[in-house]
Amino acid sequence: MSTTTLPAYDDVVARYEPVIGLETHVELGTNTKMFCGCPTDFGGEPNTRVCPVCLGLPGSLPVANKAAIEATIRIGLALNCSIASWCRFARKNYFYPDMPKNFQISQYDEPLCVDGYLDVEVGGELVRIGIERVHLEEDTGKTLHVGGATGRIHGATESLVDYNRAGIPLVEIVTRPVPGTGALAPEVARAYVTELRDVIRSLGVSDVRMEEGSLRCDVNTSLNLPGQEWGTRTETKNVNSLRSVERAVRSEMLRQASVLDAGGRITQETRHFHEDTGDTTPGRSKETATDYRYFPEPDLVPLAPDAAWVAELKAALPELPRLHRRRLQEQWGLSDADMQSVLNAGAVELIEATVAAGATPAAARKWWLGELSRRANETGVELADVGATPVQVAELQGLVDAGKLNDKLARSVLEGVVAGEGSPTEIMTARGLEVVSDTGALTAAVDEAIAANPDIAEKIRSGKVAAAGALVGAVMKTTRGQADAKTVRELILSRLGA
Amino acid sequence: MTDLTKLTAVEIAGLVAGGQTSAVEVTQAHLDRIAAVDDRVNAFLHVDADGALAAARAVDERRAAGEELGPLAGVPVAVKDVLTTKGVPTTVGSKILEGWRPPYDATIVQRLRAAGTVMLGKTNMDEFAMGSSTEYSAYGPTRNPWDTDRIPGGSGGGSAAALAAYEAPLAIGSDTGGSIRQPGAVTGTVGAKPTYGGTSRYGLVAFSSSLDTPGPCARTVLDAALLHAAIGGHDPRDSTSIPQPVPDVVAAARLGATGDLTGVKLGVVTEFSGEGAEPGVAAAFRDSVDALAKLGAEIVEVSCPHFTYALPAYYLIAPSECSSNLARFDGVRFGLREGDDGNRSLEEVMSLTRDAGFGPEVKRRIMLGTYALSSGYYDAYYGQAQKVRTLITRDFTAAFERVDALISPTTPFVAFPIGARTSDPYQMYLADLYTIPTNLYGGPGISVPCGLSDGLPVGLQVMAPTMADDRMYRVAAALESAVGTFTPPAL
Repeated sequence: MSTTTLPAYDDVVARYEPVIGLETHVELGTNTKMFCGCPTDFGGEPNTRVCPVCLGLPGSLPVANKAAIEATIRIGLALNCSIASWCRFARKNYFYPDMPKNFQISQYDEPLCVDGYLDVEVGGELVRIGIERVHLEEDTGKTLHVGGATGRIHGATESLVDYNRAGIPLVEIVTRPVPGTGALAPEVARAYVTELRDVIRSLGVSDVRMEEGSLRCDVNTSLNLPGQEWGTRTETKNVNSLRSVERAVRSEMLRQASVLDAGGRITQETRHFHEDTGDTTPGRSKETATDYRYFPEPDLVPLAPDAAWVAELKAALPELPRLHRRRLQEQWGLSDADMQSVLNAGAVELIEATVAAGATPAAARKWWLGELSRRANETGVELADVGATPVQVAELQGLVDAGKLNDKLARSVLEGVVAGEGSPTEIMTARGLEVVSDTGALTAAVDEAIAANPDIAEKIRSGKVAAAGALVGAVMKTTRGQADAKTVRELILSRLGA
Repeated sequence: MTDLTKLTAVEIAGLVAGGQTSAVEVTQAHLDRIAAVDDRVNAFLHVDADGALAAARAVDERRAAGEELGPLAGVPVAVKDVLTTKGVPTTVGSKILEGWRPPYDATIVQRLRAAGTVMLGKTNMDEFAMGSSTEYSAYGPTRNPWDTDRIPGGSGGGSAAALAAYEAPLAIGSDTGGSIRQPGAVTGTVGAKPTYGGTSRYGLVAFSSSLDTPGPCARTVLDAALLHAAIGGHDPRDSTSIPQPVPDVVAAARLGATGDLTGVKLGVVTEFSGEGAEPGVAAAFRDSVDALAKLGAEIVEVSCPHFTYALPAYYLIAPSECSSNLARFDGVRFGLREGDDGNRSLEEVMSLTRDAGFGPEVKRRIMLGTYALSSGYYDAYYGQAQKVRTLITRDFTAAFERVDALISPTTPFVAFPIGARTSDPYQMYLADLYTIPTNLYGGPGISVPCGLSDGLPVGLQVMAPTMADDRMYRVAAALESAVGTFTPPAL
């Protein structure tokens, strides 16, 4: 349906004001499921991590997981929410085979955490994203449609259901509508999800991996003319990476503008984002939405977190990522722009760990943003997965600082590290890459170079010290680069009495 | 030779413990009785003869090994088919679960096994425990041993009839609106609904989660108390289970059996005292009140004005919860699957399965509940019913500030003829008029036989405050000591 030409983005944001909103689901990394004792690890043979409770067998009953409640409260506190002193779970009723009971235990009008905010930085400005609610629910199983061409239910000959995921604790975080971000709306959406991910990761309650589905995001977008009421929103699902969050908002803004420009109206609906094309297609219409018939879950007692316990959890919260980053920026002496490039490279934690392992901030930054970022880009992996650890990078830099490796040799050693050949020291030894520091051998090489280039030697003797470069080059050539250029230069000058 | 099937649980356990008989003999006697009469009663949906004899042998072996046996060891028990039994069919009286063998035991079934009782089999019931006559079982009605043309009450008619027909000395029931007490009343047996949360619901196939309460059925109050003590108490698998020990119901039953109620203050519920009840029921109740007074109880009248709204509130809350609880029966993971011919859609297969698997009363309640929970109707129906529930609870709380326990007839009428009320749901629902308030409040209630009306049993209900289950056993046992037990004509 993308036959119509889309308007230019600048033109769209000049004429329309976007309002965005985000619903994020986070799978908690608890040992056991939300309402039973089954393990929660990712993967596993289908339907092996199940029991009567998470299969919804007749007669089974849920018992709430305290660790999941604690994790949700900590998320709520980190997002500046009020924690309910009394709340309940509710049943959300709808039929779908991957939902064992044909209702989901969730929360409705009594969520565990309400009224918070998260500050995110976009273009050096702080944008405050209001958090409407944070609540706890159970995940569904996964349905696999086989036999069809598309993997979708249409045309499939069989549908297989795996209930391993059913009942894994899921936290839903819903923002308030975010107006007023204008052209930055897509970036704000991405920055929010990034910041939220970092906050949750800092709490240690989830591995928040979008590619494994432990962080899932739905993006709401609407457009309105300046000064007018907010427009009808669409909800975009299947947004599976940070980049997609940004692309999905932008794509929806462009699509909605083209519909509005043509005099059409926006349908309130769910749309699916397509990673390959970067556009969205309609899913089910919300205008005929299911009536979920929410009512308080009678199988569970109300949740009444003790105030003292909540205060204890609040006091023990780690430093928020944004504040942590600001502190690091100061410690590392970086400009805003330099810090931004560290952030963009996803290198904050890596540099921090490298510094902790003994490297200077400057050296750590040089390796992670230079050689290692380049390799990550080339191979298309996240920087953290490039193959080198902060400890290895710090060790490499230690060898350079000790004069055992020069810059060029260090890069070769790093190649070995990334290839998994061992520690920098092991690779240096194994590959025979150590700088020639035997002064006798080096002096012989210098003398040889002087003898072979009498005219240059004479220039140096007569005070033209700059000419030494040529002799350094000659020595480096005979030592196959395994000499420290600075040492060689000093040696030449001293042999020639300059 | 003693007829082992005519004995109480206490007597059987005593004979087994003393070696005068064996658990196997007792079990075989009951299996023989079932074989002889159950084609006329239809109390059982499934008889697990092999399992029962194996369990009995285990008890006998433990006794032979010198192990100390519990107070119910070797006593046969019939279990309402609403509780899951590992490897033993569990149908809930519905076609939709025909052939399903659960992979796990309900907590109560585990406790029955641990107590050394011998499970004979699973008893008939109104489908999903929705009914007051057992006529809504998908497997045919159970008949009342007092008159096999009449109903045995419901939904636990199978358990009550098994007791009255001497097919079992003990049985388990579940009471959502009266399903233990009302069958007890119309079969001349004892049925107790414990405090909600006092017995575990884990493994009880849910009808209405906030009301369902499993409990004991027996032919004597003391037997019921012993069974209550064996199955009750906290269960970490049920979040709504109360983390406190069961009150000493056995001691209370023994105390009551002395026939002394001096110092006990009983309240006759004005709203349920006579009006609306059949004359024979009202008369038997009045005689029982006099009997209780003679035992030393102080009798006062207590008005509970909101009890008259209990029935409508119940018929919003219970169907609402059932509409959600029964959603899982969709043919995907267990039980019946209908119409899966490879061409029909998922929704069609689910619909066909539910249409074929559920009976008319279950469908009626699912539709009622779905409607009551719908957006725009929730406040007017479900929300309003919850408010009524609060008012009824206040009535109870206020009453228990004045009296120790409340009494009323258990049900307005004696066992009615099969088919008499199936065409009018409201007439059927009236059977639970007096029992429902207790469920909405969450307190305990017991029905104890108190007399006959035209040769058919009448029950008296004792209602006590939550977690004061012992009080009702004391009063019931005292009444039992005064009026005796009632034996049906030979089948």
